[in-house]
Amino acid sequence: MAAEQLTPSEYIAHHLTFFNRPVGQGGFWSFNVDSILVAAILGFVGIGFFWWVARGATSGVPSKRQAFVEIFFDFIDRQVSDIFHGNRHRFVAPLALTVGLWVLLMNAMDFLPADIMSWIAGVLGAPHGFRFVPTADVNTTFALALSVWLLMIGFAIRVKGPRGFVHELFCEPFGVGPFWAAPLMFFLNFAFNLVEYISKPLSHSLRLFGNMYAGEIIYLLLWMLASAGLVATAAAIVLGFAWSIFHILIVALQAYIFMMLTVVYINMAHESH
Amino acid sequence: MEKLQLIAMIQASTGIGIGLMIGLGALGACVGVGIMCSRFLEGAARQPELIPQLQGKVFLLLGLIDASFIIGLGIAMFFAFANPLLSSLGS
Repeated sequence: MAAEQLTPSEYIAHHLTFFNRPVGQGGFWSFNVDSILVAAILGFVGIGFFWWVARGATSGVPSKRQAFVEIFFDFIDRQVSDIFHGNRHRFVAPLALTVGLWVLLMNAMDFLPADIMSWIAGVLGAPHGFRFVPTADVNTTFALALSVWLLMIGFAIRVKGPRGFVHELFCEPFGVGPFWAAPLMFFLNFAFNLVEYISKPLSHSLRLFGNMYAGEIIYLLLWMLASAGLVATAAAIVLGFAWSIFHILIVALQAYIFMMLTVVYINMAHESH
Repeated sequence: MEKLQLIAMIQASTGIGIGLMIGLGALGACVGVGIMCSRFLEGAARQPELIPQLQGKVFLLLGLIDASFIIGLGIAMFFAFANPLLSSLGS
């Protein structure tokens, strides 16, 4: 990238190209190896750090590491207890901690400067593109949101029983009217529930993806502004600084929102109308 | 030359579409956030002891209200850099 002259769209395209490897025919059967690799590494590092600190935890005066982990844990526990009114310690609170921490770490990869990271990736053997923010890949956010969706349906079936789940799918919220209107009411209830069941994972995943992807694009556009002269470089520095500070808020906020919505959806699956 | 004209036409319409997507989305998001924050300020003035709780909820709702706008922004950026409407030209 040092010697050749890139056009603006080539520069952006280079930064938006995935490190993609096919395992079959067509575009569907291919893996974005970079997203999978970075997400796996961050998962092991993040959860591994918490596990390591919890293993060496003392009940006396805590060390700074242990205090940090305890503060994080208490924060998430309080948020989950505000929303979820069942036995949260068995599954929901650990799920919230895992999702919140993992998404926060994956979002935080956006803090690393893209040009330096892509140079490192080029040196290590991926010259055509290596995206290192997993949540800026729609596959990752959809994987997370679909997992939460499956959990939602699984919990609903377990709490209400399969018969109760199907009953709720077809007879809530409008109820079954008089006998002759039953097929129409089944259809209306099912359409209502279908909209709810489709819009939840869609909005859950696309909100996170849109924030991270748009953030990255705005970074790239601001840096390209610096190629238009000295005044434009000064403007790019100022705007880039402002956008970086705003992006720190967005990274933490979107991880928090993703975690809270996970708990809210699972709580809604436990309730009956 | 004919092909260049067609490409220019498609790009021009896409440009207008991108502007509308981002502009109208920003309009809706900002009005919504303004209404929500005005209610927060009202509530904070009535009951200052609830400010920490309300502030947490404000940030959560901020992210939810911005969601549609950011999704529209992502789609607009996608059209700006990898315009799928150009594929019908076979270019």
